[in-house]
Amino acid sequence: MDQLSQTLGRFGGVNLLPVAVALIAFVLIGAPSSWVTLTVAGLAMGMMIFLMASGLSLVFGLMDVLNFGHSAFVSFGAFVAASTLAYFGGWLGSGSVALASLALIFAIAAAVMFGMIGGWFFETVIIKPVYKDHLRQILITMGALIVAEQIILAIWGGTPMTVPRPAFLEGSWIIGDVSIEIYRVFALVLGVAVYALLYLVLNRTRIGLLIRAGVENREMVEALGFRIDRLFIGVFMGGSALAAMGGATWAGYQTLIDPTLGAEMMIIVFIVVIIGGLGSIEGTLLGALMVGLVSNYIGFLAPKMALASNMILMVAILLWRPAGLKPAIK
Amino acid sequence: MTQDKTTGALIVKAIVLVIAAALLFAPFLFQDVRSVEVAARICIFVVLVASYDLLIGYTGIVSFAHTMFFGFGAYGAAIALKQLGNTWASIGIGAVAGIALSLVLAVAIGLLSLRVKAIFFAMITLAAASVALVLASQLSQLTGGEDGITYRTPDFFKTATKLMTDEDGKVLRIAGVRMNGKLAAYYFVFFTSLALFIVMLRITASPLGTVLKAIRENEARAEAIGYRVVSYRTFVFCITAVIASLAGTIYAIWLKYTGPDTALSFAIMIDILLMVVIGGMGTLWGAVIGAVLLVMAQYYLRDLMEVASEATANIPVLPHLLEPDRWLLWLGLIFILLVYFFPKGIAGTIMDKGART
Repeated sequence: MDQLSQTLGRFGGVNLLPVAVALIAFVLIGAPSSWVTLTVAGLAMGMMIFLMASGLSLVFGLMDVLNFGHSAFVSFGAFVAASTLAYFGGWLGSGSVALASLALIFAIAAAVMFGMIGGWFFETVIIKPVYKDHLRQILITMGALIVAEQIILAIWGGTPMTVPRPAFLEGSWIIGDVSIEIYRVFALVLGVAVYALLYLVLNRTRIGLLIRAGVENREMVEALGFRIDRLFIGVFMGGSALAAMGGATWAGYQTLIDPTLGAEMMIIVFIVVIIGGLGSIEGTLLGALMVGLVSNYIGFLAPKMALASNMILMVAILLWRPAGLKPAIK
Repeated sequence: MTQDKTTGALIVKAIVLVIAAALLFAPFLFQDVRSVEVAARICIFVVLVASYDLLIGYTGIVSFAHTMFFGFGAYGAAIALKQLGNTWASIGIGAVAGIALSLVLAVAIGLLSLRVKAIFFAMITLAAASVALVLASQLSQLTGGEDGITYRTPDFFKTATKLMTDEDGKVLRIAGVRMNGKLAAYYFVFFTSLALFIVMLRITASPLGTVLKAIRENEARAEAIGYRVVSYRTFVFCITAVIASLAGTIYAIWLKYTGPDTALSFAIMIDILLMVVIGGMGTLWGAVIGAVLLVMAQYYLRDLMEVASEATANIPVLPHLLEPDRWLLWLGLIFILLVYFFPKGIAGTIMDKGART
């Protein structure tokens, strides 16, 4: 038994979990073509959720701030991106791939910019006064979430909004009898790129070193003379920007969005963060992939169970590892 | 804390007494249907908010599953009344079923949260509540889905029931109020709510309440003295779940309708949070004040905002923001400002005034 767990540990330990889930699902589903489709869908969903969840996890890890208003950035990102795409509707319809991708880049950039500015505002105005007071943090960020949702309702109205997406991301590739939606591949690639970037920043730069050190032991980093609050504002802005980017890709994926989007995603984001272990990017990725894969497989195998699948997953993982799969905080 | 012995505390208690008196005579004082509706809603929300206050104000744990328990009670009574007929027995069965389900889930969530960090508690309860909400709208054979369930309550509460008759055999009127089943229903709501509130007051005054206050004031010290903080918290979580479930049953009997919007939706959770924070956490009196203010605001602030919106129609952005549908925006802002500047809420702030040593 010990030997088995050692061997497993050498090959990646908990990192193997998504692979194991995929293999079990392969046996249960039986048909390779639907398995591939579901796996791609699950991975794409996982990467989008990862975008939304990573900021929340880092913010909590670094500053012990639990931001219930995080999902507001997801909603705002989705709506800002949708509006930008609608504004450049002519470019999308022009048939030129270059113009369409430019419009797409603008949309995501607008969402990211909004996330950064909003994040800065949120951090300085809402959260700064209540550091180190969990109860008031939860209350205040909850209040901010209410206000943000109302602002979205006031600006974009309560009716669902269709999101135009570039023609080159429509449709799907068909290889043999496997069909893969192109947008899912796009989301997957974007997610992997962001993860790679985050990984490099956190592990190869001085700022990343400070962030990781801050997550591990904030007082020590402060004692060594680094201004961790400034670093925190940066992380908060980055996290909010990632959430907005996640919202933007999610909007393109759903193609029909309404103001409750953020609140719906918030539950999944929380589950992912809890599963992954607060404060670690790898854990969040792992949690997001697990949630994405499991909810897609279960949705196919037992549609009635789909609703509860995330909850059951969370409970199971918490019973096994109370601090999440890869916690960064001791 | 000498909070109980200030002139402010007397003022707060006086306010609560006035509110209680107003609620007691509400059918006689305000003789239109809407006011009685408001009064009954206030009664039930006082119980619901006070039970939440017991949780957040006395133990400092934030749960987002309170509406879930409320909903269990409401759906329990609703389903029992619908399936088993409109008798008192079915109300009893429904209430007990709601309480049982609430207890099981409260214990499960409590035990699970023992294993994880306290901050997870808020997230886990939020996730559980959202699953309950989705389940309620999915299991449509049982719960009526999004449409909810309409059912009949015991005949005693029918508007046609005559409690007292005059010489002609018609419904007796006292001070212009018909002595009919509707009145009985209101007083059923009022007295059960009052009883539950008194039970909660008793809990806070009991040795258990003293321990809870000790935990709130200094958790580490309470633990050091030898009280098992986690057990106490789980216990209180279960008690509040039961009370919330009972409040749900009462609400279901009063409304004769139960649906996701009236019993389970996240909007109710937000209302409860607003009421607790605006009223003042950790006093129970604050729950009364908060519930009264917010329920009144829900019914009457919208009218006021409609007027304001029309009055400012010529100014560009203002009417948009003053639209009646945007009232939650302003409440949210007030909520944030209150948490910043008056974390003790209305009751707590008044109670601190005029300290007598």
